[in-house]
Amino acid sequence: MEPFTILSSRTVVLPGANIDTDQIIPARFLTTTTRSGLGEHLFADWRYLPDGTPRSDFVLNSPRARGCRILVAGRNFGCGSSREHAPWALADYGFRALISTELADIFSSNCLKNGLLPVTVDEPTSAWLIAHPGAEVTLDLTAGTLTLPTGRAVSFPLEAFARRCLLQGVDELGYLLERRHEIEAYERRA
Amino acid sequence: MARAPQTLFDKVWRAHEVSGESADAPAVLYIDLHLIHEVTSPQAFAVLRERGLTVRRPERTLATMDHSTPTLTAQVFGGTPIALDAARRQVRELEVNCAEFGVELLGLTHGQRGIVHIIGPELGLTQPGKTIVCGDSHTSTHGAVGALAFGIGTTEVGHVLATQCLLQRKPRTLAVNVSGELRAGVTAKDLILTIIGRLGVSGGTGHVIEYRGDTIRALDMDERMTVCNMSIEAGARAGMIGPDETTYRYLEGRPRSPRGAAWERALEAWRALPTDALARFDREVELDAAAVEPMITYGTNPGMVIPIGGTIPQRCGDAAFTQALTYMGLAPGQPIRDQPVNVVFLGSCTNARLSDLRSAAGLLRGRRIAPGLRMLVVPGSQQVKREAEAEGLDRVFLEAGAEWRESGCSMCLGMNGDVVGRGEYSVSTSNRNFEGRQGSGARTLLASPLTAAACAVRGRVTDPRELM
Repeated sequence: MEPFTILSSRTVVLPGANIDTDQIIPARFLTTTTRSGLGEHLFADWRYLPDGTPRSDFVLNSPRARGCRILVAGRNFGCGSSREHAPWALADYGFRALISTELADIFSSNCLKNGLLPVTVDEPTSAWLIAHPGAEVTLDLTAGTLTLPTGRAVSFPLEAFARRCLLQGVDELGYLLERRHEIEAYERRA
Repeated sequence: MARAPQTLFDKVWRAHEVSGESADAPAVLYIDLHLIHEVTSPQAFAVLRERGLTVRRPERTLATMDHSTPTLTAQVFGGTPIALDAARRQVRELEVNCAEFGVELLGLTHGQRGIVHIIGPELGLTQPGKTIVCGDSHTSTHGAVGALAFGIGTTEVGHVLATQCLLQRKPRTLAVNVSGELRAGVTAKDLILTIIGRLGVSGGTGHVIEYRGDTIRALDMDERMTVCNMSIEAGARAGMIGPDETTYRYLEGRPRSPRGAAWERALEAWRALPTDALARFDREVELDAAAVEPMITYGTNPGMVIPIGGTIPQRCGDAAFTQALTYMGLAPGQPIRDQPVNVVFLGSCTNARLSDLRSAAGLLRGRRIAPGLRMLVVPGSQQVKREAEAEGLDRVFLEAGAEWRESGCSMCLGMNGDVVGRGEYSVSTSNRNFEGRQGSGARTLLASPLTAAACAVRGRVTDPRELM
């Protein structure tokens, strides 16, 4: 996993609340047996017409969205299915961070496993970001801050262990495997 | 010193802490039962291979196939190959992975196969006090017996395969207290839809719900599973119900329930699990069951739900709400009753147990579905299918004009060949009415099996009490 330290990028905004993982990656693309290549199907039903041509009115199809690595979304982004294909698709497309007032539990946990930083901010910050699509913002994970182009820095919470994993680019499996003796001890007493 | 009063959740959590959480690190939580299926496991097995790891406790792992599998008898039992190439590869890959890593698989033609959340309880593997995970958000279903059960992503599936453990922060607790008697024609599905409507689709985020109160105590196990199943639709990863005599009666004698002296020991342990009288929850919500109506969704998330006699609400200035109604082809102020319906789906881990099929068949007996309407009945497991056939329920559905299929997730999610067409209205007993969930452009109205059957007869959204 690539370490996450500082990321500066313009934002793409999807303002609606409750965007579920079925929208992020529809179930028909879940028949894959690998993690790669899902980016082209990201938001497939919003991004393409039934015949497969890109919909000009969808934000990811606008030239301004190109190269943006931060997605700003409405409240409760990623609700619904536990499919990790959702963060795989977002990461494969090129996103490295998501900002919302609230992210769904399983989705948020899945993002952290894939080097995608889930950032929760307060309502006014979210409202500002939604009102300013394309704003150049900076996420500094060491400092735990989101800096807006106005110069205002907002701190965001992140669970300490997950933060360390992201900063170092390591995954949790190594840590769990190192707990082997404790796990064996638990199995003996359980 | 007297032990502080604990909730059911607290007790199960503490009993499974390999190590507790600290400011620096989450708890290491031991997992008793890991259920896997063909869609969210291939990439996890790939990680085991890449790192040269084995499955730590194969005997605590059970695999089945349900999501991408076909429900047409010829495709399940040979005769014709699985129509979808990618699904065929996925099924094959699970067979290979289970053989290589020594995991028991209830494969495509196995008599105990079914939707993963239906077969766990049915086999008696789902037991009070266990921690149960699966790469599927409706794992919350298993909480109905008093287990702590929640959905995980594929990376975590790999963690559990390799270590039998997960890193978890302890969630908060939310008590949903329900009292009073559900009225005739009102089911557990209507109750949970009402609860989701009240909490909202993110109202349970960060929490484990415990459903409590005399209404919950009066539900049978199938109904309790319907309630716990949809906890995730309120944002809660898990829903639990304290085990009681109903639970023990349900589990006794099932193929993988403890037997003899082991059963007696298990019972003694299970009886200590229910929430202590003075235990505190982080939040509590009260609900009057007598006021619950048959419910139906009108929008694109399960929180967009109204009584079946109600009208679609208005929310000025809410763009997502407007987009949802545009997608649904419905308008604010419009009654949902009499909305024409193209498809009725009776199935899914929410409502495909035997009592669900009985409930719908009771209304359909001697009636026919409306001309031009398509009704798909998909039992939740092969065992449910056999039991339903032994009672003649298959005849009732077939004579009414419905299709009777092999078990699987089917039309709950459009990835196995069973789909609702673009623009069509589907009254579905499943759990999600998200855009495109049942197929691109499909419009889903979630309801109970009883309501679904009534809608099938009339070809329009119908209050089941009119036909009872």
